Amino acid sequence: MRINESTLVAAPPETVWNYLADPENYLHFMSGITHWEVTGDHANGLGARYRILLRVGAAEVGGLVEMVEWNEPFDIAWHSVTGVDNRGRFRIREQRPGRTRIEYRLAYGMVGGGIAGLLTEVAAVYPMRQQMRRTLRQLKRQVEHEQRRLETERRRAGRQRVGA
Amino acid sequence: MYYREQKPRGLAERAIGFARERVERRLSAHLEDRDPDYLREALPLLWLLSTFYFRAEVRDLGNIPADRPVLLVGNHSGGNIIVDTFIFSLAFSTYFGVERPFHQLAHNLAIAWPVAGEMLRKSGTVSASHEHAEQALKAGAPVLVYPGGDWETHRPSWRGNEIDFAGRKGFIRLALDAGVPIVPVVSIGGQETALFLSRGGGLARALRLDRLLRLKVLPISIALPWGLNIGDFAGHIPLPAKITIEVLPPIDLEREFGSDPDLDQVYDHVTAQMQEALDGLAAERRLPVIG
Repeated sequence: MRINESTLVAAPPETVWNYLADPENYLHFMSGITHWEVTGDHANGLGARYRILLRVGAAEVGGLVEMVEWNEPFDIAWHSVTGVDNRGRFRIREQRPGRTRIEYRLAYGMVGGGIAGLLTEVAAVYPMRQQMRRTLRQLKRQVEHEQRRLETERRRAGRQRVGA
Repeated sequence: MYYREQKPRGLAERAIGFARERVERRLSAHLEDRDPDYLREALPLLWLLSTFYFRAEVRDLGNIPADRPVLLVGNHSGGNIIVDTFIFSLAFSTYFGVERPFHQLAHNLAIAWPVAGEMLRKSGTVSASHEHAEQALKAGAPVLVYPGGDWETHRPSWRGNEIDFAGRKGFIRLALDAGVPIVPVVSIGGQETALFLSRGGGLARALRLDRLLRLKVLPISIALPWGLNIGDFAGHIPLPAKITIEVLPPIDLEREFGSDPDLDQVYDHVTAQMQEALDGLAAERRLPVIG
């Protein structure tokens, strides 16, 4: 099953990228997340590994994921190593100056689960889509807040330079 | 005599040997019977049932240490169809991954069931014995035990919110011997999956089931699809009661009670903590079955 959601944020791709590249931010915007832990040697970049759990229905599902694409400032993609088979991606593309579209894609499967596996994949679409939409809403809020903070900092620095 | 021993086995003898082997196999389960691939493939069905039929909630799995064996001690509910065990197994397997070994102890009769017994074996269930539990703990796996066993799981529905281990303290000795902490697992809702009327302890004694089959009870309940259900040997279709499970913080026996603790004191402490948690879960419920 593959789910695709997107949002437009009032910030350049670099701000979005810097926010998404920091693993400490994920607990602030990922909806339904109960656990996010860096398990590998490095906190981010290609090959970084995280243990992630999301509450979906009666269970916290997820497992170990590994970053398989780290293409600054365009794409972050991951594949599951253990746990539920899944792969995901944040696709960051500039729409016009100062406006960026973030696509959040998630594909998952229950290999070997038979009919129950197929039913589970279908039954999980609605709660997963809702979670992805909440995630993007929270991500948009956080990134736009970060952008406003950066602009305020720049204005302040400009005024200080003029005053000096 | 020598001749008789060398004689090839006859057809009848071989048939009896085969039957004995099958029965012994049916009545036993070992650590190595656990099959992570089977578990992975069974998770979708368990998730569907847990999410939509039982509206299950499993809380605070993070209280289970991730890197060492522990003795998980649960209250037993739901007659012979112990839905909370299946829900807990699902939650454990998705939280820690099917790669982490996890074993539950069950009565020999549960393992002897034709289809369910095989499923239990593959999901890590071993026949209840101190020896099996010790082996699993030594191998580094968390082990789930239900000290109340058949006595607790068949208690009347109106006593569903009571912890009743019938004074069984073997689990404390097991944790002390293995040097592992106890992690209490409290669940509610299992006793609402049928109307449990009586344990039938007197009936079991009168029929000598305690001596013949290690059964202390012959429960009487009203359950689907049988109506009046005596013994619950063939199981029943559980009502869609909301199941909530809470994992409590670990209890390190040696640190809290010393190296040679009074078993009664530990028993009272563990059951009191579990009862307190169960009271909290009961206070959250508004209606039976619906939750």
